[in-house]
Amino acid sequence: MIGGLFIYNHKGEVLISRVYRDDIGRNAVDAFRVNVIHARQQVRSPVTNIARTSFFHVKRSNIWLAAVTKQNVNAAMVFEFLYKMCDVMTAYFGKISEENIKNNFVLIYELLDEILDFGYPQNSETGALKTFITQQGIKGQTKEEQSQITSQVTGQIGWRREGIKYRRNELFLDVLESVNLLMSPQGQVLSAHVSGRVVMKSYLSGMPECKFGMNDKIVIDKQGKGAASDDAGKSSGKQSIAIDDCTFHQCVRLSKFDSERSISFIPPDGEYELMRYRTTKDIILPFRVIPLVREVGRTKLEVKVVIKSNFKPSLLAQKIEVRIPTPLNTSGVQVICMKGKAKYKASENAIVWKIKRMAGMKESQISAEIELLPTNDKKKWARPPISMNFEVPFAPSGLKVRYLKVFESKLNYSDHDVIKWVRYIGRSGIYETRC
Amino acid sequence: MMCDFLFSLVCTGEIFELKAELNSDKKEKKKEAVKKVIASMTVGKDVSALFPDVVNCMQTDNLELKKLVYLYLMNYAKSQPDMAIMAVNTFVKDCEDPNPLIRALAVRTMGCIRVDKITEYLCEPLRKCLKDEDPYVRKTAAVCVAKLHDINAQLVEDQGFLDTLKDLISDSNPMVVANAVAALSEIAESHPNSNLLDLNPQTINKLLTALNECTEWGQIFILDCLANYTPRDDRESQSICERVTPRLSHANSAVVLSAVKVLMKFMEMLPKDLDYYGTLLKKLAPPLVTLLSAEPELQYVALRNINLIVQRRPEILKHEMKVFFVKYNDPIYVKLEKLDIMIRLASQANIAQVLAELKEYATEVDVDFVRKAVRAIGRCAIKVEQSAERCVSTLLDLIQTKVNYVVQEAIVVIKDIFRKYPNKYESVIATLCENLDSLDEPEARAAMIWIVGEYAERIDNADELLESFLEGFHDESTQVQLQLLTAIVKLFLKKPTETQELVQQVLSLATQDSDNPDLRDRGYIYWRLLSTDPVAAKEVVLAEKPLISEETDLIEPTLLEELICHIGTLASVYHKPPSAFVEGSRGVQHKRLPGSAGSGESVESPDTGSAAGVSEAPPAVIPSQGDLLGDLLNLDLTPPTTTGPPPPASSGMQMGAMDLLGGGLDSLVGFGAPPAAMPASFNVPVSGGLDDLFDLGGGVGMPMGVFNPPKTVWLPAMKAKGLEISGTFVRRAGVIQMEMTLTNKAMSVMTDFAIQFNRNSFGLAPAGPLQVLTPLSPNQSIEAALPLSTVGPVMKMEPLNNLQVAVKNNIDVFYFSCQYPISMLFAEDGKMERQVFLATWKDIPNDNESQFQIKDCHLNSALSRFLCSLEVSTTQLTD
Repeated sequence: MIGGLFIYNHKGEVLISRVYRDDIGRNAVDAFRVNVIHARQQVRSPVTNIARTSFFHVKRSNIWLAAVTKQNVNAAMVFEFLYKMCDVMTAYFGKISEENIKNNFVLIYELLDEILDFGYPQNSETGALKTFITQQGIKGQTKEEQSQITSQVTGQIGWRREGIKYRRNELFLDVLESVNLLMSPQGQVLSAHVSGRVVMKSYLSGMPECKFGMNDKIVIDKQGKGAASDDAGKSSGKQSIAIDDCTFHQCVRLSKFDSERSISFIPPDGEYELMRYRTTKDIILPFRVIPLVREVGRTKLEVKVVIKSNFKPSLLAQKIEVRIPTPLNTSGVQVICMKGKAKYKASENAIVWKIKRMAGMKESQISAEIELLPTNDKKKWARPPISMNFEVPFAPSGLKVRYLKVFESKLNYSDHDVIKWVRYIGRSGIYETRC
Repeated sequence: MMCDFLFSLVCTGEIFELKAELNSDKKEKKKEAVKKVIASMTVGKDVSALFPDVVNCMQTDNLELKKLVYLYLMNYAKSQPDMAIMAVNTFVKDCEDPNPLIRALAVRTMGCIRVDKITEYLCEPLRKCLKDEDPYVRKTAAVCVAKLHDINAQLVEDQGFLDTLKDLISDSNPMVVANAVAALSEIAESHPNSNLLDLNPQTINKLLTALNECTEWGQIFILDCLANYTPRDDRESQSICERVTPRLSHANSAVVLSAVKVLMKFMEMLPKDLDYYGTLLKKLAPPLVTLLSAEPELQYVALRNINLIVQRRPEILKHEMKVFFVKYNDPIYVKLEKLDIMIRLASQANIAQVLAELKEYATEVDVDFVRKAVRAIGRCAIKVEQSAERCVSTLLDLIQTKVNYVVQEAIVVIKDIFRKYPNKYESVIATLCENLDSLDEPEARAAMIWIVGEYAERIDNADELLESFLEGFHDESTQVQLQLLTAIVKLFLKKPTETQELVQQVLSLATQDSDNPDLRDRGYIYWRLLSTDPVAAKEVVLAEKPLISEETDLIEPTLLEELICHIGTLASVYHKPPSAFVEGSRGVQHKRLPGSAGSGESVESPDTGSAAGVSEAPPAVIPSQGDLLGDLLNLDLTPPTTTGPPPPASSGMQMGAMDLLGGGLDSLVGFGAPPAAMPASFNVPVSGGLDDLFDLGGGVGMPMGVFNPPKTVWLPAMKAKGLEISGTFVRRAGVIQMEMTLTNKAMSVMTDFAIQFNRNSFGLAPAGPLQVLTPLSPNQSIEAALPLSTVGPVMKMEPLNNLQVAVKNNIDVFYFSCQYPISMLFAEDGKMERQVFLATWKDIPNDNESQFQIKDCHLNSALSRFLCSLEVSTTQLTD
């Protein structure tokens, strides 16, 4: 199991050090600093073995988090724990920075004592932790409150406490998708997938039982079969999507999903991520990038890039940014673009073209002349891909929320009384076209 | 800033200030003082001097302060055991507190204080807490049993905590169950044969029920534990699989990987014709792909595991090639792993895409990545025959880029392609030859030389090319030298007329001017072959080579099986068994996959439904491209005698063995090479070869032929804070020597070595100080030879040849004992005249003599020789 956990600043000074196991000595702290943080060469693996001691590290801005062990631990678990640790800290005091860590070091030690026992991760849900690790002490608690805390921390529904009340029962669903694309210069899709998340903000009283439905092909087909109506089969067949795989927040009953493919759960209070999913079929690619690069002699490069938007004309894409890489020996750039603003950024070796808004089924173009300094470098320019960023108000996977039903039998509000909001946002993930 | 102040505490003056503040009456001031102490502790300053003052703050109802004091205690109790006792009362009291959070805190902290006296007091509170009404206390107590076991295993057994822990598996609270499982699994690991985790269908059922309800971490503990179970039959196996598969949709990647481990293991038991088997295979792919959208560090862990899974069951991911395409912004460690998996998944169906990608990668920036991409193209050519031509032309394109490391890498793989498809792509040799001058890496040079030698008849100026390499022969690495030697001999056999001079030159360079025994041996063999029977030489040197196998870098099957049982863990990340990187008894257990039941099919047998992949016998494992040539050439050159005596014999013996190959080396007919040039020692009479080796009569005394026992580990690193000593005793030139290898496996430098012996049977004592002059830095080894004398104080040991040694360094003093072979004490001049012997024998007092009757013994020559040496020795001993 995890033998110790250290947090360093970018200089390698240790900010937090907590040792859980006897086999980890004080020198482990230095070993990581010397061999990883101060290493002459950039470290090429997130797992490092130094003198039979294994170090797992992740970096958040310029802070290093390292878990150390001498045993054959579950490596995936260690990384998941480190991420979780970051989440918990962020939930308690915001951004993970040297200053915040120093200001909250007592709190961090208290958290580390609670969520890791002898190197075994314990309950790390912030909702539960915040009920009893408060920095204010827990003196005033009654016996009932105490047992409520412990039953929540160890209980089956560790993510929600009893007795939550709202005057207005409301919930927000955000379908956030990032669409990833790798396209060849000829316009052939080399790989494309959507990784999506359903984020829910719930402000619901009591212990509500929720049921979430979407246009999942498997569910729709099953229902279509039941209805046997030709018409229903057709319409749903068009709109349903094939989900390659999905994962759920721990509140979702996985065995029920496995057997009936229904998503039922008691949600945590406030914001959380209900599910993640991935699709690869029938993705709507919101933009198409057509690059044209021509080398004119040894000192000049002509670039023309056309972008085409490919969605309903009534919708508007926002925050569009096209990044066209330029060679390292670029001496000057002239750009002409039809829309938006384009600038050559020498420090980033790229032409950055920004367009605020663009409607569907439109097209725009940029052309640039790049002047190069003559070099005797034999190696050709690697031509990194042209990348794109954007935001569109629909789900590129085609996912639609069909329903989210809320049942709370003990309290007197029904599904109809809950105010529900749904929003779709599609963003670019890694959206690249080779040139 | 207050906290910057906290972190900048420096000198001892402050210790006084802190002391005062700690003893202050004001609570707030006390708390701030303790905070400062913890801050100093974190940055590594020694604040143990404040121990009593901090412990005094322990009795407080302020929970935050209490936690801080506990933290301090955990850090320093070990260094101040006597004072730590002061804390016991508070702990015991806290364990009775009405607040369950405080009860748990007390028992949790107490378990972390590794002081014997405190553990004594821990037992009673722990017993109570294990049966506490509150699940939070119980789950904390369960882990505490593991802590206590780590400190004092016997105590845990004596107190019966293990049984209580077992009972907790049936607890109503899932988190208690999970922690109990974790604790039991850990304890069971250090008792490999105990039936501690008595897994039977009933307990498994309990675990599977808890699995649905506990936290994500608890699910991991339970799944990891389930993976150790072996179901009784395929039906049980299937029912467990069915209940584990829902975990594949969990958001936590570790839960998913642990579930994959259970499924991969239990799948072995399912009959392959079962419908469920196919369903399960299909269910495994999507979650594995999803792991690749996790954060990069987890992607890395996932990819290392997928690498194993693909080797074991290629059918799972055979359609998922695209997800392993490298993204421009992937961290380098993800890129390299993806590349590996791409090659494993390459097949005729997807090779076009793969090649296009690889070509793209070969133009990237990172040198390692580009090299690996080029190498991958070569591996594709070898793996998918239909693509070979395209691969070769892609490689040629890359060579045209003239980027130095790309060219070299390409040449290395083209050599392998020639080995796989002989007489097919030799037309490219001309292009390769153009790049001869730019090669500066040994592997690439060796590959190029091999190509020139192998196809000498098609290269007009092969002799010139090879001659150009010969100029700097002694500056080349061994790999290149060996290749060059072989290539020139090949050239000579193909074009004997023009190249006589060249071959003589290289043979004399290899045999006379080189210190490298491999090179010399190979040189002599060629020399002998060429001189005695050129036709045979042709048959041997130009023999048709076996084709190389398709898959390279495969993990050896038994290791693969073991690693599959460790999916998700560090072992699967390192691709090494746990015993390779875990100290002590943990991880020594070797896990195996269960044999398939049901249909009685063996695992390797081809399965009818899916495409060939696991089919046929496991392919031979090729270590790496570099070794290919060397291995091949060594095949027929191994001297026949090595099967006889143990390998580490002296060099004199090897030379004797060489002589067996034929008459004197001076008969190099066709060459007229001067026999005088032979090293003198080489003119051993032919008969002197093997005979000498087995001639035990002279054996004991023969200085070179003595068998020196190999070094054994005397002092394991675990017992000596990272210092490992292995060694042996030898007798060199009449002096007894203790030869040791000292290895530093700790993380700090070691200096100031010294050695001392306890009194022993023969009065052995160091004749000089231990010569370890340079400081021993981490992971470094040093050889030390200690001459011994027999003039030290004598005390009879049990056994007689036992020696107790103390070694000191800057860290500590360590003790170990070892045994030396009695023969080491025997002098070389033991053989004496019969008369002298009898006289000496009589000198021995009668009471020193004892008599045995040896029955049924045929006195053969070996025995008589043995007795002879024994008698001689006994007399010697009594001197």
